[in-house]
Amino acid sequence: MSEINADLVRHLAGLARIDLSDAEVASLTSELAVIVDSVAKVVEVATPDVPATSHPLPLLNVFRDDEVRPSLTVEQALSGAPARDGDRFTVAAILDEEV
Amino acid sequence: MGDLTRLSAAALAAALAAREVSAVEAVQAHLDRIAAVDGDVHAFLHVASDAALAAAAGIDAQRAGGEPLGPLAGVPIAIKDVLCTYDMPSTAGSRILEGWIPPYDATVVAKLRAAGLIPLGKTNMDEFAMGSSTEHSAYGPTHNPWDLARTPGGSGGGSAAALASFQAPLALGSDTGGSIRQPASVTGTVGVKPTYGAVSRYGAIALASSLDQVGPVTRTMLDAGLLHDVIGGHDPLDSTSLAESWPSMADAARRGAEGGILSGLKVGVVREIAGTGAGFQAGVRTLFEQSIGILAANGAEIIEVSAPSFEYAVAAYYLILPAEASSNLARMDSVRFGLRVQPSDGPMTVERAMSATRGAGFGAEVKRRIILGTYALSAGYYDAYYGSAQKVRTLIQRDFAAAFGVVDVLLSPSSPTTAFQLGSLVDDPLAMYLNDITTIPANLAGIPGASIPIGLAPEDGLPVGLQLLAPARADARLYEVGAAIETLLEDRWGGPLLAQAPALNTAKEA
Repeated sequence: MSEINADLVRHLAGLARIDLSDAEVASLTSELAVIVDSVAKVVEVATPDVPATSHPLPLLNVFRDDEVRPSLTVEQALSGAPARDGDRFTVAAILDEEV
Repeated sequence: MGDLTRLSAAALAAALAAREVSAVEAVQAHLDRIAAVDGDVHAFLHVASDAALAAAAGIDAQRAGGEPLGPLAGVPIAIKDVLCTYDMPSTAGSRILEGWIPPYDATVVAKLRAAGLIPLGKTNMDEFAMGSSTEHSAYGPTHNPWDLARTPGGSGGGSAAALASFQAPLALGSDTGGSIRQPASVTGTVGVKPTYGAVSRYGAIALASSLDQVGPVTRTMLDAGLLHDVIGGHDPLDSTSLAESWPSMADAARRGAEGGILSGLKVGVVREIAGTGAGFQAGVRTLFEQSIGILAANGAEIIEVSAPSFEYAVAAYYLILPAEASSNLARMDSVRFGLRVQPSDGPMTVERAMSATRGAGFGAEVKRRIILGTYALSAGYYDAYYGSAQKVRTLIQRDFAAAFGVVDVLLSPSSPTTAFQLGSLVDDPLAMYLNDITTIPANLAGIPGASIPIGLAPEDGLPVGLQLLAPARADARLYEVGAAIETLLEDRWGGPLLAQAPALNTAKEA
């Protein structure tokens, strides 16, 4: 059985930067326990002699020429910003000391 | 001309080229149909009426001026909302991107426009393509045109339902674990997931980057081939795009429809997903076996093959996908685009705004998968979960390689069941996940797959789909064989399966 409990779900949600309500923590705890128990069967056949595949059709050394090409304008890049100040994205403080 | 919305894209394109009908008339007919039925179906999240009519007028002017136009110029198309469009909102079915208009087009959308196709609007989908029913859309579910109380599958239920209800002759979809093929199966339409890298992913809002593939959603194999020819090919903006040149998929479909290609064809039936296992509906198995019988009667050699690792495919998928999705969706950070929600109290930092935004902006299934992926990637579990899942991926590729050493194509039911009732699985994530047991192996291996309708299940009168799988880069073979089977079946039915779909209420049209 998996070790999924409410404290672990809260910890994972913190790592994933998702605020959860207590009700969401409760439902996720029971759902994730069932899902993790089910998907854990992959270890049955993942023996040391089997190499891992990260990409279905491996490509090597995909580079583009190092040359200037068209890109977004400042206006385009900022067009979806929730808040802006001139040509910059506006964000809250990065650190929470003395805020 | 009769009802333009009933024509295949190929037939509509021919009428446009012959100037029997204008692009404006073609677009207007589909906008009228959308206005009449989409209140009940809810296939569209956004309809671009004015822009579509303006673009159509432009095509008509070009044609009148004798300018050379592509084979699908003037044909309307619906676009899954996972694809970026510079002139329409692109939400991927999520509240966190509500109203977001990207500053650029996805490569496939740019190619559509360049080929003269007319975007009608954006279609509904499970949020960030996570789901098999379109019920996880933040904007409400899409309804199956065959029975409005049932789901159209997912995640691309909007595109499939738009095709099945004649609101568009073509659509684009994306397939990460079956999101093109399974909706096609349960709506009686056609869907193709190309080889991984055969169609650009640039501008497709990424779910799981090693699995995602954009592809055609249509009503016939020829239409799918015509659309594939427009959107396919190398894209320098997608570093996973395959650089090779491709044969015409439309030509492959035409070859298949002429008949003859089934004789001597080696057709593999994968024992593990052939419809005999638990979870497969009886009518699905019956129709699948009938189709195999038709193939055999037309000269195909039927060979049973085994893919023992498929048993582990769903488990591997639901580790790899959440892991990749948790990383991809980190860019929904409330800084550069999309929703921003401030925390209600406490220190106001960018990190706390990000958490508040993602808590408010993501739906339940997205939260579930991001947290599952965060778990699978976390220290101490990475090797056991993510690493093991990647090894299963190798084993599944080996199963396919062994099978394709013996056969030309593999066949299975596209989905274990016909369309299920809205609400019946939405609270049981694991049962929902098992719906993709037939489609997931192709994504894990990167091979192409298609779904075509093969009839109506006797017990519920709902469409059943046949899945065709071919080796990587052999997409043309799917079109040949798919069109051959489609032609044989339509000869038996006396027309397309969709002609048997119940009429939708269009009273609002009056």
